[in-house]
Amino acid sequence: MNRVVITGLGCVTPIGSTVSSFRESLFAGKTGITPIVNVADAPDGNPGVRYKQAAQIFDFDASQHLDSGIVTSTNRNTQLAIVAARQAVEQAELMKHHAPGDIAIIMGCACGGRSSEESEVKKLYLNNARAHPLTIVRTMASAGASNISIDLKITGPTLDISTACASSTHAIGLAFHMVRSGMATAALCGGHDAPLSFGFYRAWDSMRVVSPTQCKPYAADRDGMSLGEGAAMLVIETLESAQARNATIFGELVGFGMSADANHITQPQADGAAAAMRKALADGNIAIDEVGYINAHGTGTQANDATESAAIHQVFGERASQIPLSSTKSLHGHSIGASGALEALATILALQEGRLPHTAGVTNPDPALKVDLIINEPRPTGPTVALSNSLAFGGLNAVIAIKSWP
Amino acid sequence: MDDVALRTVEMIAKAKNIPTDTITPESTFEQLGIDSLDKINISFEVEEAFNIEIPDEALGSLKTVGDVINGVKQLIDAKAAGTTPAATS
Repeated sequence: MNRVVITGLGCVTPIGSTVSSFRESLFAGKTGITPIVNVADAPDGNPGVRYKQAAQIFDFDASQHLDSGIVTSTNRNTQLAIVAARQAVEQAELMKHHAPGDIAIIMGCACGGRSSEESEVKKLYLNNARAHPLTIVRTMASAGASNISIDLKITGPTLDISTACASSTHAIGLAFHMVRSGMATAALCGGHDAPLSFGFYRAWDSMRVVSPTQCKPYAADRDGMSLGEGAAMLVIETLESAQARNATIFGELVGFGMSADANHITQPQADGAAAAMRKALADGNIAIDEVGYINAHGTGTQANDATESAAIHQVFGERASQIPLSSTKSLHGHSIGASGALEALATILALQEGRLPHTAGVTNPDPALKVDLIINEPRPTGPTVALSNSLAFGGLNAVIAIKSWP
Repeated sequence: MDDVALRTVEMIAKAKNIPTDTITPESTFEQLGIDSLDKINISFEVEEAFNIEIPDEALGSLKTVGDVINGVKQLIDAKAAGTTPAATS
């Protein structure tokens, strides 16, 4: 089996529209969760919900990056995906060194072109208006992967995976396995979602799981998640190809585990999350003692953080409370299908820098969860192996293990 | 049971697909198999039916059908009086 390394990174997120700005915000603890403004189709741009903040991207203008025809035929989630993909591919010089047919594109996207769909539906129901002829191609959930392949002329296996909040971790994990097995020599993998539409805000409001202020993962006074948007991409390839062309290596993907709770559509279960973590460790032949950081799913809801910490205790036993853990959702919000990719990026940068990002906005970690929550400032420690957890609604769990390089 | 109680029981019965005569004000959510998602769903139906808004903190304290009925009545009364109840049971 091939060893698989990371040679390109890209992102457009609420805390940075380049990897360098994302990195800066990540270690400065600068949150992208800000007051909600300018929601399309909402009266006066205000969605009228109980909560006031979300992680929005304000510095992204698709027309600065994409041809007008592409802007017209795509939803924001796809536009973010194309731009982030270009960054990663350019950094890795991917197209110079791999045949287009040997590269896979595996994306995660949970919400598709939701805002475009809502706009069309509004016109339909209010005015019985004709639908825009590009409605279908803007809203199809696989538009991100398709448009990336067209933009970069990549012709290998290309698809979008939809597993709610675990979508992009599933995407990275499956791409890792494809490159490891030799099905592709390289892959562009990650996730993209831009779901912050009027209807989406309202639907989450009715679920009553969004924090009225800002998410405080693993805090004693946590009161819900903060919604977000974004895209993050990794270029991965075989170690052999990376070394042959003397590519810069940012880390090594070493393990992937996935599981289903098979229990409840919203209530997570520790057994399922624990199974995914165990499988990721087994997949990478990783000893429990090697894991020195967990980038938690850490949504900041009562149920997620309690269940995830219970699962960590199941897997790591006495070591559970000694493994540094943070949730970077306190910075970049919960971008649903893209969140796993943003967190993978944060984890790679943490391993590369030898310091672990803190959980912003938390002053009182919940003692009942019994984890070593990193708060106040980044922790200067350089672990060898880190896990990044994604535990989705519907009980779909995905965990990747990343090793520092060298 | 009065009108508010009857309508509330009917909504719970419909949401859980169980006969109304199996539900009393003393019935607990646990007895009726109402989980957190059911609770949010039933609360939404109740809010729509009575044109009220159940605060998050009140939702967390609801344990029985009687809690829901009493809470709804308080919110209806508070709305009529133009005030906000401190808590709904």
